[in-house]
Amino acid sequence: MTQDIKIDRVIDARGSFCPGPLMELIKAIKEAKVGEVISVYSSDSGSKRDIPIWVEKAGHELLGVFDRDSYTEFVVRKKR
Amino acid sequence: MKKVLILGGGVGGTIVANVLARRASPNETNITLVDATGRHVYQPGFIYVALGDEKPENLVRDERGLLDKHVNLVIDEAILIDPDEKKVRLKSGRILDYDYLVVATGARLCPEELPGFEAAHHFYDLDASVRLSRVLDSFSGGRIVIGIGGMPYKCPPAPVEFACLLDYYFTRRGSRHKVEIHYLSPLPRVFPIESVAHLVQEIMDSGGIKYTQLFNVERIEPENNLVHSLEGESLKYDLLIVVPPHRGTKVVENSGLGDRGGWIPTDKYTLKAKGYDDIYVVGDATDIPISKAGATAHYEAKVVGENIAADIRGSGTKRLYDGKVQCFFDAGFKKGMRIAFDYEHPPKPARLSRRWYYMKMLIKKIYWSVILKGWI
Repeated sequence: MTQDIKIDRVIDARGSFCPGPLMELIKAIKEAKVGEVISVYSSDSGSKRDIPIWVEKAGHELLGVFDRDSYTEFVVRKKR
Repeated sequence: MKKVLILGGGVGGTIVANVLARRASPNETNITLVDATGRHVYQPGFIYVALGDEKPENLVRDERGLLDKHVNLVIDEAILIDPDEKKVRLKSGRILDYDYLVVATGARLCPEELPGFEAAHHFYDLDASVRLSRVLDSFSGGRIVIGIGGMPYKCPPAPVEFACLLDYYFTRRGSRHKVEIHYLSPLPRVFPIESVAHLVQEIMDSGGIKYTQLFNVERIEPENNLVHSLEGESLKYDLLIVVPPHRGTKVVENSGLGDRGGWIPTDKYTLKAKGYDDIYVVGDATDIPISKAGATAHYEAKVVGENIAADIRGSGTKRLYDGKVQCFFDAGFKKGMRIAFDYEHPPKPARLSRRWYYMKMLIKKIYWSVILKGWI
């Protein structure tokens, strides 16, 4: 559960289809300091595929993917 | 008499001013729009200038002629917003006070934030588009690389649209076989919208347009003609076109109203700056995670103009912005797509047709006389 993880910034990207939640995450990661944890809320079905792929490729850490009532929460730590 | 002060004479600010002027009585409303240049530029035309299909002078008009006669135009630059005193300081030293403030100051290009950017071209302002048109005109062959240098940026589909249009450009010139077009997508697909990405990929494959996915441009190495991604990959180029990093405007940053990127935290439905009941934000200046594009500003501005008018009149039901965006993608060869969505309705899979290309060309024509007036 996310209550065990200290979230530094929440990006509510529900209802965002263009540019979409992954682009919002990329923006937030670029602005964040190494070690900060970002939570992204997404209602876009593509995020479950996109976000884990990019996080791994870019060398960050996916701390969790949580299904909520009408959206999914992705928790990511900036590693570099 | 209520004073409405609008900062920025782009698509958002101009529509707010015109809608408000029509809906609120001039006896009870004073509308002032501040714009740094007094020149209104049609930004969706930049790609056509870069491709030599549009004259730069056709994209620029005097802002005064686009505004309702009841709107006061002040050609000056806003440098500081004081939300506690409800005043805005201008570069000239003049101070304007307000009852309602509309921040429609747009986005600022920050090429200096991307190391090596001086080696790249872009089509995100008029002068750069003119320079790129000359370079393309004299390009004899090689690899053209198109990438994205930061998030967010205006008009998310524009770079891939440009790649498709370059295919058409060099085909028309008879030199397509000498040119490799290579698009660098920041995402694990070629287009931001999943339901449209398959069709765009088909267009690119049929046109022989190459692409690399998950490539966010981080650094350019001009001495070796290399572009590097934050994901750790590199690619050689002969001509590099990169969307410059964007930030919010200086007046927002200097006033302490922006987040880390200089975007104003904004309620996605009311379009009010969070924490302020008398400040509205329209267009690129918001932090709302939807497209930074004229089409977004257009629909937001109509809501804001109507709601301020209703507030001043003390009547009328307030409207919420539903996240509506509608845009037209030019795929080249006189074919296009329509893409429309809102917060609750994802875009439907697009179809390629001549109809949507001609619709995009029509919008270019009716922009000045219909869209900016807030008629549609």
